[in-house]
Amino acid sequence: MSEALQVREQHRTTASAWGGGESPFAVPWAKLMMWLFLLSDAFTFAALLTGYAAMRITAGVWPGAGMKAADFFHVTTVVGPMTFILICSSATMAVAVGAARRGDHRTTVRFLALTVLGGLAFLGMQAYEWTGFIREGARLTGFVGELGGKIQPMFPATFFVITGFHGGHVTSGVIYLLVKTIQASRGRASAESVEITGLYWHFVDLVWVFIFTLLYLI
Amino acid sequence: MAHVAHAEAQAGHELSFWRKYIFSQDHKVIGIQYALTSMFMAVLGGLLAMFIRLQLGWPGQSWPLLGRLFPSGMPDGQMNQAFYLASVTMHGTIMIFFVLTTLLTGGFGNFLIPLMIGARDMAFPFLNMLSYWLYPPAIIILLASFFVSGGAAGGGWTAYPPLSALPGAAPGSGLGQTLWLISLALLILAFLFGSLNYITTILQLRARGLSMMRLPLTIWGLFVTAILSLLAFPVLLAAAIMLLFDRIGGTSFFVPAGLLIGSVPVDHRGGNPLLWQHLFWFLGHPEVYVLILPPMGMISDILANNARKPIFGYRFMVGSIVAIAFLSFLVWGHHMYTSGMAPVLGTAFMTTTLVIAVPSAIKTFNWLATLWRAKIRFTSAMLFALGFLSLFVTGGLTGIVLAQPPVDIYFQDTFFVVAHFHFVMASAAIFASFAGTYYWFPKMFGRMMNERLGKWHFWLTFVGIYATFFPMHYAGFMGMMRRIYSPQIYAHLQGLQPLNVFVSIAAFVLFAAQFIFLYNFFRSLFRGPQAERNPWRATTLEWEAPSPPPHLNWGETLPTVQRWAYDYSPPDMAEDFQPQAAPAAVPTGRSREGRGDGGHAR
Repeated sequence: MSEALQVREQHRTTASAWGGGESPFAVPWAKLMMWLFLLSDAFTFAALLTGYAAMRITAGVWPGAGMKAADFFHVTTVVGPMTFILICSSATMAVAVGAARRGDHRTTVRFLALTVLGGLAFLGMQAYEWTGFIREGARLTGFVGELGGKIQPMFPATFFVITGFHGGHVTSGVIYLLVKTIQASRGRASAESVEITGLYWHFVDLVWVFIFTLLYLI
Repeated sequence: MAHVAHAEAQAGHELSFWRKYIFSQDHKVIGIQYALTSMFMAVLGGLLAMFIRLQLGWPGQSWPLLGRLFPSGMPDGQMNQAFYLASVTMHGTIMIFFVLTTLLTGGFGNFLIPLMIGARDMAFPFLNMLSYWLYPPAIIILLASFFVSGGAAGGGWTAYPPLSALPGAAPGSGLGQTLWLISLALLILAFLFGSLNYITTILQLRARGLSMMRLPLTIWGLFVTAILSLLAFPVLLAAAIMLLFDRIGGTSFFVPAGLLIGSVPVDHRGGNPLLWQHLFWFLGHPEVYVLILPPMGMISDILANNARKPIFGYRFMVGSIVAIAFLSFLVWGHHMYTSGMAPVLGTAFMTTTLVIAVPSAIKTFNWLATLWRAKIRFTSAMLFALGFLSLFVTGGLTGIVLAQPPVDIYFQDTFFVVAHFHFVMASAAIFASFAGTYYWFPKMFGRMMNERLGKWHFWLTFVGIYATFFPMHYAGFMGMMRRIYSPQIYAHLQGLQPLNVFVSIAAFVLFAAQFIFLYNFFRSLFRGPQAERNPWRATTLEWEAPSPPPHLNWGETLPTVQRWAYDYSPPDMAEDFQPQAAPAAVPTGRSREGRGDGGHAR
């Protein structure tokens, strides 16, 4: 087949994919819908992070004179490892999806369960960080105690709202994964539905990378 | 009707009353539920507008009868300020979110999308049902706010902080504002569920042969609108979350330091009220196009059908819808010229705003070209579609005036702005909804509406709209502020009082005229003559299904589409239209299949 003919052939197949009667992306509707939902959810997080940026830029000093955000958290001992765990759970999720596609139910269930464990470990460590932060005097409305007047009140507020909103996503993700694990162990989860669960989980991980960078590191 | 019976049989089972009419997953029932609920809210929103006009026409006047009905809002029959501001806020909130958005996307969108693309239902019917059933709780919460202490929210439909952030700021800033936020958050979820369904359905479930460039413009309008809602509403959701935290959790996202309420300093610092304005208008401006893109699509179809001519410049019509949607994300700053903005930024927003006039003008001229030398059928639907054109142009022109910062600084928050958006967005969108109702009523309910009453309704509404809103330009020009409670206390506004009385009387007539429509609607619902399958001799797919379409819409086989949606008056044919699904049977002349350029041989 000559190259020009090939191009024309290709053009004809794309035209027919959009020509009605079938999915133009060759995906089931549920997967497309999950992608669209994630796009929409990304805008919610983007708006929250924009709010955070606005607070921080207009504040001048952040979180207080001579202080760094990282001073308030265990970045290397807790937050770093929990980020690592969350990224690893994305990897176990990918293995589960691959196994589901091959029809390997044992591996699917095992790695879905590992993903759930990763999510739970992340939530536990996040709770530990929150506790430590609150012990230092952080409240939703601002710092109390000796640091009270020295720290921007919006520093803890943005922290709690944004990590809380993300934590809510992780929690619902863990529940979603648990349901999928139970379904898979009974042989009732299709490879497609496992993959869709995976899309959501990867998204939650991806958002965390941004939050970790913006709230803890810089 | 054997194939209909077969489709019913395919459904397999008789549904109970609850599953069939209340918790239905059928897109047609959900669409009608959305439409009827929106109609109820429209009457309510209109009633609130009457309160506004009552106060502005006769400020300080006592209305003893109303005083007995609303003892707290109108003690001794005299409307108090909190009640007035709550009316203004709720009129805007209800009309924009609870009437037009729900009616156009929830009502027309749900009913028309699967029918016009040749699908049996939405991609995810259960989510569709869930979308509708978030709407009544949102309404109940919103209406409950009228009865809590302090009354309903009074900070305007834009809910600018600090009025909306601090419970002590104004009477309506108490529990009423919190309920407003919760109600809106529920409705945002409903829109999200709806949009997910609309986009997926249009992309995935089009009938064989129905390529994107053969879609009727109604579907293009609804499709692009769903994308806009999907991307814009989450930003409002995030802003609403932050505002709720400010109100309930005591944070200061939107409250600056050093604010005094009743000369008492508030215990907040570190926030920025401008952030709310940015986030709100990032939603708010696309929201305006959520209200106008479906009407643009709907009237394109109605104009072409009644002009018996193909829509002019189909590809440009699609392109301009997409262009308007894209640009709508870049113009939010033109609502904030007076909020403190760098002049360079103001110029940038002015430029993008003026650019959006180009695709809008393309649409307008294409509509006019569609009408050019046509033998127009003046049905009620067509009259309202033509009315849309008139209102859209009138309101669009003042949009160009307001886009320019030096002019807008003078006009900001005056009645000139009220006149502008009531023409271009509110009235235009409601005209398209009327046009759509007269046009698709036979398909929805299997009966025809009364044309004679429809024409009375049109002329009274058309004249009523111009009489109500046109003088407002002048009031704004003279400096009358848009949410003012007592204009008579300013010397420079006292001369406007006769004008305000005129506007108020015109508004009452306009409101009363809508009862002609309601009477026509409900009477036709039960007594109207039976509608045939295709009473308007239209080309699009929904007219292939029986009126009203059965559950799952089509018989055994789905329709197959042969051509684009505008094959009106094809040359050398007996009929003056060729349905999209009719088998290719062009006797002579060239085939017009799939042509999207709207050219026609005459």
